Amino acid sequence: MLKDLLKPFARFFNFQARTHYKAERHSIALALGIIGAASIGGIVEIAPLFTIDSTVEAAPDMRVYTPLEQAGRDIYIREGCYACHSQMIRTLRDEVERYGPYSLAAESQYDHPMLWGSKRTGPDLARLGGKYSDDWQVRHLIDPRDLVPESVMPSYAFLQDAPLETDSLPGRLAALRAVGVPYTDDQIANASHDAIGQAMPDSTAAGGVTERYGEATNLRLFDGSNARVTEMDALVAYLQILGQLTQLPYEIEPKAEE
Amino acid sequence: MMSKLTGAERQSALLICIAVLLAGVAMAALGHGDLMGAQGWVVIAYCALMLWFIMPTIGDPEPTEDRSASYYDDPTKAGIIIGMIWAVIGMGMGVWVAAMLAWPELRFDGAWSSFGRLRPVHTSGVIFGFGGNILIATSYHVMQRTCRARMPGQLSPWFVLMGYNLFCVVAASGYVMGVTQSKEYAEPEWYADIWLVVVWVTYFVLYLRTLARRNEPHIYVANWYYMAFILVVAMLHIINNLAVPASWTGAKSYSAFSGVQDAMTQWWYGHNAVAFFLTAGFLGMLYYFLPKRAERPIYSYRLSILSFWGITFFYMWAGSHHLHYTALPQWVQTLGMTFSVMLLVPSWASAGNALMTLNGAWHKVRDDATLRFMMVAAVFYGLSTFEGSFMAIRPVNGLSHYTDWTIGHVHAGAMGWVALISFGSIYALAPLLWRKTGMYSAKAVEWHFWLALAGTIIYVFAMWNSGIIQGLMWRTYNETGTLEYSFLDSLIAMHPYYIARTFGGLLFLIGACIGLWNVVMTVRRAPRQQPERDYPTSSEASEPALPAAE
Repeated sequence: MLKDLLKPFARFFNFQARTHYKAERHSIALALGIIGAASIGGIVEIAPLFTIDSTVEAAPDMRVYTPLEQAGRDIYIREGCYACHSQMIRTLRDEVERYGPYSLAAESQYDHPMLWGSKRTGPDLARLGGKYSDDWQVRHLIDPRDLVPESVMPSYAFLQDAPLETDSLPGRLAALRAVGVPYTDDQIANASHDAIGQAMPDSTAAGGVTERYGEATNLRLFDGSNARVTEMDALVAYLQILGQLTQLPYEIEPKAEE
Repeated sequence: MMSKLTGAERQSALLICIAVLLAGVAMAALGHGDLMGAQGWVVIAYCALMLWFIMPTIGDPEPTEDRSASYYDDPTKAGIIIGMIWAVIGMGMGVWVAAMLAWPELRFDGAWSSFGRLRPVHTSGVIFGFGGNILIATSYHVMQRTCRARMPGQLSPWFVLMGYNLFCVVAASGYVMGVTQSKEYAEPEWYADIWLVVVWVTYFVLYLRTLARRNEPHIYVANWYYMAFILVVAMLHIINNLAVPASWTGAKSYSAFSGVQDAMTQWWYGHNAVAFFLTAGFLGMLYYFLPKRAERPIYSYRLSILSFWGITFFYMWAGSHHLHYTALPQWVQTLGMTFSVMLLVPSWASAGNALMTLNGAWHKVRDDATLRFMMVAAVFYGLSTFEGSFMAIRPVNGLSHYTDWTIGHVHAGAMGWVALISFGSIYALAPLLWRKTGMYSAKAVEWHFWLALAGTIIYVFAMWNSGIIQGLMWRTYNETGTLEYSFLDSLIAMHPYYIARTFGGLLFLIGACIGLWNVVMTVRRAPRQQPERDYPTSSEASEPALPAAE
């Protein structure tokens, strides 16, 4: 019974062994075989993601990051925050109840690279924007254990003393446009200016920000100081926009799995 | 070592070194004020060190030895020592970052010393520094012996080894400065990535050229695995690292992909870095050193074929199981899960093949810690591939993902499989390479074995416990139908396990330090002995017509 069942497999196996006996005498044949066998999976799973419309749903109100927020995102990456905080609420009931509506593909469509993460040493941050005050964020970054005694997060007090480097921002936005983020020429040209304006609402630079990124843009002294624009400003501006680039996830009925 | 190179080879080495040095100067000058400038200085320092090795030998007379009479083992020797040093650095960093999770004050308030910046130094130090160097070193040894031919040149093996280490140094120093593109296991920035492609293509060409010189019609199993490792890692590396730099004089770049597509590409890469860097390459080691040490032929040739093609084909589909319940379309998640489960067959084919090879040699496993390293590595390979397939199942993954269970799983693989097979191979290889009767201290090998095993088990059990507790706490509801625990409750519950994990890692690190000491002492003090037959078939001192199969 078992022998009959296995017969077709055995035949296939014998055939494979015989073919292989020949192939392993030719290094190029072996190399081509490896490339061929290893290519199929990637082609089948990845290529369609770029063409199938349903991969990313349409979110008409989706906006791009402002230069200050993008600078904050780059600091978030630089400090390796993604190693402990995910930005992906899964379609599981407990996650939706704990964090908010589950993440949609559209929300990260301008994220180069994505920061979905693979470990939660700290909580998920996908819906962090607007949850706490700027002051809370700043104090938490300066000394996490000041607000949460049990926290194991490192302190990032040095961000407050580091002036934000804004000269490279036009180049950064231009590179992002090259990979598909729809920044306009105007936005790219004024990137450095807008970054300063967003963190200094009383300055003349502030006017351009709402003009280019919309009235809803957060225009504040994120780190509480008007002296200069710091890396703290940028990081807090980024944290306060997480999950707020589009309102789509809050509008659709969440259908979380048990 | 350098004096064994011909005059022309030494001059070429000098020219390459100067060319890279000039690239470093350009990076330092143009990238001034950006982190790229600092990276340029790292390149300059590295090249200066290389020049310090090369320069004194430039005027030396040509070597007189007959090259065809021996294998070329100098780069293998260097690779093993460098690899062991990386092991100590990488594992030391691992213990430090593990301790930080239990005692967050251990960072001493530098910007460079936060968990987020040191963590990639640990992962890259261990995977690429330790693992990569041992892979390159052993592959040089294995391809020459199984082809019974010497490598075609003396310069390109050195270029691959030292060029690869330049990549590792640039990567590690970049992380502490804050240079990273945040893609797991692919953190280095665009210029380091481009350099790695140059090195890797040279590696593949070197491999093919050695195979072309072989005096053995069939390509031995271990070489299939090494070849899959070289080829597919190149493929993964190039596609996953496609990015546009923000400026040619700055370190920052942006991934060509975004959101869903980026996540899928990243895990297609990430999961297969495990498959082809941390599995295929090390299976090459297993298929050569284990039968050799046990003095038994491979149990089944056909099982090796099945395992090889199964792994090469199935693994590439499995990456999407990292994205269960996310915004990735569900059909891709399901495909990933299906292939991950099927993957168990070829994985266990290799694990079983290795263990069955030991039939009739079990007494050696008892007496010889080196062989025991390899045996336990095969067992851990079987265990962690089973765990991997299990964790890829959607509901299980829903519990395990984002928790320490995943960390425990990858460390069962990294410590139990990758590190143990490497240590076993190093202990088998070192006396052979340096023409010694054996390792300097057999007792130290025993100590290393038990420390490594105890460390792995403590680490993995701590992470299983903390991961499953964490996952369960996150989804526990009370009678009123609301969540029972806050996130903070689950974090507090992790504390004892983080201490246990640090302790396990520390034991493992002590073992690695003993290993490094033992290798160095073997080179310096162990009594000499010529191996019985260790020269290419094509040499003048030729062998009998039909030498025993390797």
